[in-house]
Amino acid sequence: MKVLVAVKRVIDYNVKVRVKADQSDVDLANVKMALNPFCEIAVEEAVRLKEKGIASEVVVVSIGPKTVQEQLRTALALGADRAIHVETDDMPDSLAVAKLLQAVVANEQPQLVILGKQAIDSDNNQTGQMLGALTGMPQGTFASKVSVEEGVVKVTREVDGGLQTVQLQLPAIVTTDLRLNEPRYASLPNIMKAKKKPLDVTTPADLGVTVARTVKVLKVEAPAERSAGVKVADVAELVEKLKNEAKVL
Amino acid sequence: MSILVIAEHDNARLNAATLKTIAAATQIGGDITVLVAGHQCQAVVTEAAQVAQVNKVLHADHAAYEHFLAENLSELVVALGAGYQHILAPATTTGKNFMPRVAALLDVAQISDIIAVESADTFKRPIYAGNAIATVQSSDPVKVITVRSTAFDPVVATGGNASVEVISEVKETAQAQFVGEELAQSERPDLTAARVVISGGRGMQNGENFQMLERIADKLGAAVGASRAAVDAGFVPNDMQVGQTGKIVAPELYIAVGISGAIQHLAGMKDSKVIVAINKDEEAPIFQVADYGLVADLFEVLPELEQQL
Repeated sequence: MKVLVAVKRVIDYNVKVRVKADQSDVDLANVKMALNPFCEIAVEEAVRLKEKGIASEVVVVSIGPKTVQEQLRTALALGADRAIHVETDDMPDSLAVAKLLQAVVANEQPQLVILGKQAIDSDNNQTGQMLGALTGMPQGTFASKVSVEEGVVKVTREVDGGLQTVQLQLPAIVTTDLRLNEPRYASLPNIMKAKKKPLDVTTPADLGVTVARTVKVLKVEAPAERSAGVKVADVAELVEKLKNEAKVL
Repeated sequence: MSILVIAEHDNARLNAATLKTIAAATQIGGDITVLVAGHQCQAVVTEAAQVAQVNKVLHADHAAYEHFLAENLSELVVALGAGYQHILAPATTTGKNFMPRVAALLDVAQISDIIAVESADTFKRPIYAGNAIATVQSSDPVKVITVRSTAFDPVVATGGNASVEVISEVKETAQAQFVGEELAQSERPDLTAARVVISGGRGMQNGENFQMLERIADKLGAAVGASRAAVDAGFVPNDMQVGQTGKIVAPELYIAVGISGAIQHLAGMKDSKVIVAINKDEEAPIFQVADYGLVADLFEVLPELEQQL
């Protein structure tokens, strides 16, 4: 069974972004970039499926400028077999990304496509579901447990009230939530090996997809700041202030 | 203009997030139709029809919709969606699951998690864990939108008498099937709807110690939450997580106990009206957003707090 994993290069999750002075966007100059944490979990899950003998090949794909090859190499170092880079300097939106992935799915014919549930930059939480709709595949989003059985995958999903389990016919889409697994660290020998693994470059034009945006960003601004309040000395003072000053008790 | 709002419910009661989504629809302006898709969900239809701002309720009742599977629900919404300029749903795990499928089937973008309506085509939404707010404008013929419910005050659930249209259309795929669910049983209010939330972080040290928070929660009628660190450490289940990738809450009072205040946690609670932080580390970033900070050992503070409430 072939598994396709789509990954995104994003700002490192430890970095606090700043908005540019002209309010055109956030400032990403000289900011540390990394593999989106949910995408890392997606790669890990696919590699584990391979280690269990369920997956035969793990293919990782990313869309963006040349720099995304760094993240593809990271995914290869974590255990993916080969990589596909869809090169574009445009910033495609989720629908365009889903269309590009649809074309990759048509070429690769994976039985399972694993994606992160959301990227920590745009916080959209859309691409996996859109890919599901475009390819006609069923989806198990926000997965905390994935088990592949004969022709189906059972996915336990993190929902607002607790957990929900669905059974999906393969081929299917899975998007990862935090508790699905704990990704490994890439070892030095594996990082070296990853440099020699195949990485194919293609373009939206090769895939027959036009990347057009219908949603325009007019402005990006910093949120209203909360200022630090006061320190209280003890529990008695805290309760008194909550009762009489804040009036919330 | 006409707006379709997809109701969130459990087949018995309308979820409060729906009333907040209707509030967002009211700000866009236009005739509001609410779709109640579920199984044996007549009570929800009756509730939705009583909301004054609602003109019409569509009632699709079939076992295929009982568990709100995205595959079935998205096909239904697309089949009914013709003629609407806006399709809205709450940004809950249900809305987040099926709405992007609706958008893709309609070949339009989705605008996720809006926190403000600027005009019928322009909205504000948080990005980068709420560290930036983007104002976005859509030129799509249909705007598919999920609504962050903490950003809107609910409309009143009474005063209306909307007409009800029964939808016989059944969209059912064999590709996805519901197997089961384990819903957390709790006497306490829902995290996202509670007036008071008390959350614990890594400082709680283990899951048993969360009972100290539960006892205080019971006195305050509060919900109990947790930071991602506490969930990652296995103290408590993920459905308690407050943060960028967990639940977004904005209660009147938020009490953070043993939580350092990582960016992604602040993203989930910084719109709370009053924030209290209890942490023994004076330098913890949580104090920068707290209205009241208490630098102390939580294991001494919590029993005392319980006693004084």
